[in-house]
Amino acid sequence: MTSRKIEVLVGLFVALAIAAFLLLSLKVANSGMTGSGETYMLYAKFENIGGLKVRSPIKVGGVVVGRVRSIELNTEEYSPIVAMEIDSQYNNFPETSSVAILTSGLLGEQYLGLQPGFVDETVSILKSGDYVEDTKSAIVLEELIGQFLFNRGSN
Amino acid sequence: MIVDKLQQLGQHSIAKIQGMGRATIMLFGALIAWPTPRKSFPLLLKQLYVVGVLSLLIILVSGLFIGMVLALQGYTVLSKFGAEQMLGPLVALSLLRELGPVVTALLFAGRAGSALTAEIGLMKATEQLSGMEMMAVDPLRRIIAPRFWAGVISMPLLAMIFTAVGILGGHLVGVDWLGVDGGGYWSAMQANVDFQQDILNGVIKSAVFALIVTWIALHKGFDAVPTSEGISQATTQTVVTSSLAVLGFDFILTAVMFGG
Repeated sequence: MTSRKIEVLVGLFVALAIAAFLLLSLKVANSGMTGSGETYMLYAKFENIGGLKVRSPIKVGGVVVGRVRSIELNTEEYSPIVAMEIDSQYNNFPETSSVAILTSGLLGEQYLGLQPGFVDETVSILKSGDYVEDTKSAIVLEELIGQFLFNRGSN
Repeated sequence: MIVDKLQQLGQHSIAKIQGMGRATIMLFGALIAWPTPRKSFPLLLKQLYVVGVLSLLIILVSGLFIGMVLALQGYTVLSKFGAEQMLGPLVALSLLRELGPVVTALLFAGRAGSALTAEIGLMKATEQLSGMEMMAVDPLRRIIAPRFWAGVISMPLLAMIFTAVGILGGHLVGVDWLGVDGGGYWSAMQANVDFQQDILNGVIKSAVFALIVTWIALHKGFDAVPTSEGISQATTQTVVTSSLAVLGFDFILTAVMFGG
């Protein structure tokens, strides 16, 4: 086996490995967020976050604009506070916007639906670190069934 | 009676710890030295060919078949829940996180580790190592170091190739044969696989396994009793010890990376 042949084969091996790595990182993994990669933070206080997790997507009209950065419990009121990391390309949400915890499909994962609100002179734009005031908590199936049974019982 | 048993236990432990000490001294002797790229690069290249390129075939074939079997088995269960579109994440995550690094390490121990042990053991039995020392050539630098680096470099590469081929094998069975939607296969995978959490951790895992398997193989060969029986025992020990070490470390690494 000549040294040149060995070199070519080793080169081929490394090239194959690089191709595999590219396939894995570009085709298999989500290559992060599109756009500049710069983000800003918004916060929202909920009563119940259901099955929402860190890194759950934040969607506007079905389009992913950011991801949940962290979920913490406010120690004064014991209500969960969700930190949302949003692509700075979408930095024009008015303070009348609302967030709701929604479920994709019947059994799918939970995500945050951000609904942009109306704009007029008195409404300012949400900046990094602001709280979204209007929030709608997750629907917990057990509570729903409980209410349904309770209503049936009282009839 | 009891004292005899205690003595046996003590002997056994001392022998094990001495072995670990010799292995560490061997590794440090091989690695800590002034780098001489001109002399060591051709040696490394030769070993990359022996250890990496020649393992490629078994890695490609097993990767393809493991991916295909995963898709086939996953499909039977997932289709019961009407969740066939989760086949992509199932195949990709199990390959990236576990099967890619672990199965590659086990195959590598059987294919390349045993060969390394036998080669070095035979060099020792035929006194080639002593001959080198007589000629003032350090066998640690000339024999051990290039083989160690070749193993450490090539195993993560092999694991990545294994995983990529496995995912393509899953696509072959899931999409082309069983009729799962092709777009869904990739998009659900992309939604559930994270670059840092899954791909990078898998690469770290296989780098750790590469270190363990190559080190054990070189040490067993270097420390072998220089007889034909000793070499055969050392080769067996390489495969058994490194397989067990890989599985043990896999549990620890998985608990640290994904357990929290």
